[in-house]
Amino acid sequence: MRAAVVVFPGSNCDRDLAVAFEAAGCTLDMVWHKDSELPQGIDIVGVPGGFSYGDYLRCGAIAAQSPIVKSVKAHADRGGYVMGICNGFQVLTETGLLPGALLRNAGLKYICKTVGLRVETTQSAYTEGYSAGDVIDIPIAHHDGNYFADDETLARLKGEDRVAFTYTDNPNGAQADIAGILSENRRVLGMMPHPERAADAGHGGTDGQALFRALAGALTAA
Amino acid sequence: MKARVHVMLKNGVLDPQGEAVRHALGAIGFDGVNGVRQGKVIELDLAEGTSQADVEAMCEKLLANTVIESYTVELS
Repeated sequence: MRAAVVVFPGSNCDRDLAVAFEAAGCTLDMVWHKDSELPQGIDIVGVPGGFSYGDYLRCGAIAAQSPIVKSVKAHADRGGYVMGICNGFQVLTETGLLPGALLRNAGLKYICKTVGLRVETTQSAYTEGYSAGDVIDIPIAHHDGNYFADDETLARLKGEDRVAFTYTDNPNGAQADIAGILSENRRVLGMMPHPERAADAGHGGTDGQALFRALAGALTAA
Repeated sequence: MKARVHVMLKNGVLDPQGEAVRHALGAIGFDGVNGVRQGKVIELDLAEGTSQADVEAMCEKLLANTVIESYTVELS
């Protein structure tokens, strides 16, 4: 499986994500934001956490207009896999690849801690390594992770089983406790928590490993 | 020519910053502030002949996220 990780000015989880992909057996390309094309043969694009473009205007807004993201959108439109973590999730909502938006945390504080996540669906390449209802410990680190969508969108996400993860103890005011969602074709995942920070024994937790392993398994088989 | 774009969170979208400002106003003795909404103002210095529609296109594409924000444009 070949993975590409996008690097924006201000990305700071790009190398962590690359290490997690490589540990799961992927070959990896780092892709700079000014590149206009992804390398040939990429199976999955990782959009990492951080503060792309200094969070100017809105988190993810400028990154969503960058040259490489046009190519990432085209990859997703062709049915390719894309995974956005934290700032990457914000970028994916700004591009319209995922519905809704991420607002300032309800408590107005930046929160950095490990939280409990409930696996809401196993029907995706990202979550099939878990069992439905599993509670996993994954770190969050964000100021703007308060998921918002209108009632109609929330009903559709739930009706189509597209909520991937919810918080067991909502830290940021997110609607319906939503921590991560899937696209209609279930190949684009956006999530605020950082599975790449719980993917090695040295991290103090390994609950994120199953996500990368399942993904590598699914994409290698495909 | 110049344009001034006001971007506000839509009604119904919780504005925790506005709420914090409302609490702070009450705490320093300003009674009767029933609500505060905080937005942003973006000033654009534009080539002559730029139309209202051009600026609205900028808002739709970048300056506002219409999932959560509304905007108004003043040209001068």
